[in-house]
Amino acid sequence: MNIYVLIKRTFDTEEKIAVSNGKIQEDGAEFIINPYDEYAIEEAIQVRDEHGGEVTVVTMGEEEAEKQLRTALAMGADKAVLINTEDDLEELDQFTVASVLAEYLKDKEADLILAGNVAIDGGSGQVGPRVAERLGINCVTTITDLKIDGSDVTIVRDMEGDSETIKTSLPLLVTAQQGLNEPRYPSLPGIMKAKKKPLEELELDDLDIEEDDVEAKVETVEVYLPPKKEAGRILEGDLSDQVSELASLLRNEAKVI
Amino acid sequence: MNFDLTQEQEMIKKTIREFADEVVAPGAIERDRTKEFPIEIFRQLADMGMMGLPFEEKYGGAGADTTSFAIVTEELSRACASTGITYSAHISLGGAPLNLFGTEEQKEKYLVPIATGESFGAFGLTEPNAGSDAGGTQTRAVEDGDDWVINGSKVYITNASYAKHLALTAITDMKDGKKEISAIIVPTDAEGFTIIDNYEKMGLNASNTTELVLENVRVPKENLLGKRGEGFRQFLVTLDGGRIGIAAMAVGIAQAAFNRALQYSKERKQFGKSLSEFQVTQFKLADMAMKIELARNMVYKAAWLKDQGRPFTKEASMAKLYASEIATDIANQAIQIHGGYGYMKEYEVERYLRDTKLLEIGEGTSEVQRMVIARQIGV
Ligand SMILES: Cc1cc2nc3c(=O)[nH]c(=O)nc-3n(C[C@H](O)[C@H](O)[C@H](O)COP(=O)(O)OP(=O)(O)OC[C@H]3O[C@@H](n4cnc5c(N)ncnc54)[C@H](O)[C@@H]3O)c2cc1C
Repeated sequence: MNIYVLIKRTFDTEEKIAVSNGKIQEDGAEFIINPYDEYAIEEAIQVRDEHGGEVTVVTMGEEEAEKQLRTALAMGADKAVLINTEDDLEELDQFTVASVLAEYLKDKEADLILAGNVAIDGGSGQVGPRVAERLGINCVTTITDLKIDGSDVTIVRDMEGDSETIKTSLPLLVTAQQGLNEPRYPSLPGIMKAKKKPLEELELDDLDIEEDDVEAKVETVEVYLPPKKEAGRILEGDLSDQVSELASLLRNEAKVI
Repeated sequence: MNFDLTQEQEMIKKTIREFADEVVAPGAIERDRTKEFPIEIFRQLADMGMMGLPFEEKYGGAGADTTSFAIVTEELSRACASTGITYSAHISLGGAPLNLFGTEEQKEKYLVPIATGESFGAFGLTEPNAGSDAGGTQTRAVEDGDDWVINGSKVYITNASYAKHLALTAITDMKDGKKEISAIIVPTDAEGFTIIDNYEKMGLNASNTTELVLENVRVPKENLLGKRGEGFRQFLVTLDGGRIGIAAMAVGIAQAAFNRALQYSKERKQFGKSLSEFQVTQFKLADMAMKIELARNMVYKAAWLKDQGRPFTKEASMAKLYASEIATDIANQAIQIHGGYGYMKEYEVERYLRDTKLLEIGEGTSEVQRMVIARQIGV
């Protein structure tokens, strides 16, 4: 089976993040594989181990993303591709990324493409479905279970706490939701071998893509940190008084109702 | 000069750090209380291929370097020092002498199960009357036909209850009134071999520390490790490497103590200010951070020298001595910064002090390290 995984290098939102001049400071930030993409990598490895084939991890971004690709190789992926747009593109949005990835994937005859359900930085959840749309293949998002039998696929997908079982077929793109699996830690032998596995680096030129054709359509107006959490307030008195006070606070102070 | 870790070392650090935080740290207080050996953690470490870290692939290892070993030991110890010492002893006392001095057959038979994590590694040197002065060894191995017959006892041996076999030192001959000491590999299920696990320790409670009693234990002559009469030299070489592990452990514990002290000092308010606003606390934290940085650099340097195949005895001793002494100091100061809370197990810092004290004693006391360094600098 020919399996592709789309992964993204993101900053670790559990570490301290600083914003200056409308940009997230990369200096002190820790970078990781987007956690949802880790589920995708794990699933891809499991599918390959069961059905045979090859797992290729693909990312688009800057040179530094090689680290995340190597980590995926250390987990057990077979090959990696870095589409390096560092010199060509200033801004990336979902349109740009999906267009480039689809262009790369169009002649790869992928049976299965996995991506994360959402990236924890941008949080749009659009890249996977957009790629599927451009490739004209089936797409199921936020999956929590995947069973493949020949070209028949049975999927359970998460629906805001409920689940839905879907039957579909390859070729297919799925996006991974938490609960799909427990991503493995890279093994030490895996880490030692990761450097020797093939990692191909491409630029837009190599894909015959004109920068103008994939120019970002989204303009970022401002980047700022969420306001600091204020200390909570505990209402006191009779239950009925508390309820009416809460309602009035929600209306007049928080202005949410 | 280059202070960057390699890509592999970087990846190993990230992986083991996550593992330490997610898998090792959560049960550390509980294991300290129940003295439960972290066997499940080691099953996972074995799955990750960590148990044979520095050994060649053909013996089931991963062929990683000493710096990587130091990184893994530091990170495990940061989360749980009992787990750290188990790992460090497994690799550097259990596996390393077999790797260094074993024949091809011995490596196949004894190193492979250690590298794959099927057996824990252990090393029996210390005796009731032979500690710093290992020449005081009294355990004897007498030739009898094709066998060695061993009698004696060992004390404070790490990991032996979980080892399928271990190397131990014994007197194999007397020449001109001088002892000939050799190392011999003994299966722990051999008849007459008793392993007693009932010490009540100050710390490192979840690690396995045992007493070995050997009564007419028979092993074939081929179980001699390395050359006859070289036991003394062999364990000196083994301990050089082991000291890097102890030093890395100390850095890990010190880092853990510092992290907690830093965090607590920002949260705790007295006199209307957080502790971190008092200059005395700031100075303490600055000193801690400085010492940890220095200790870690020394550990990495010793590890690097070893990987370059260069002499590293002096540096390993310095790293071990310095790191273990600052770790005790830092753990102690971390409790002080926590006040009464630090005296409570829930806040973890008191365990760091109990755990780290051993590092000034095991694999050569601080006094022995000073003797080694003095010899190395030509006094
Ligand atoms: C938890 C734990 C785990 C251990 N694991 C192992 C293991 O796996 N394998 C193993 O073989 N051993 C192990 N040991 C033993 C350890 O290595 C010894 O305890 C250590 O070497 C010190 O020996 P000793 O306890 O006999 O102390 P002693 O040698 O009796 O020393 C007592 C004191 O006298 C000082 N001293 C001794 N000689 C001199 C001198 N010439 N000049 C100045 N001061 C001196 C020492 O520095 C020390 O302060 C372990 C010990 C512990 C507590």
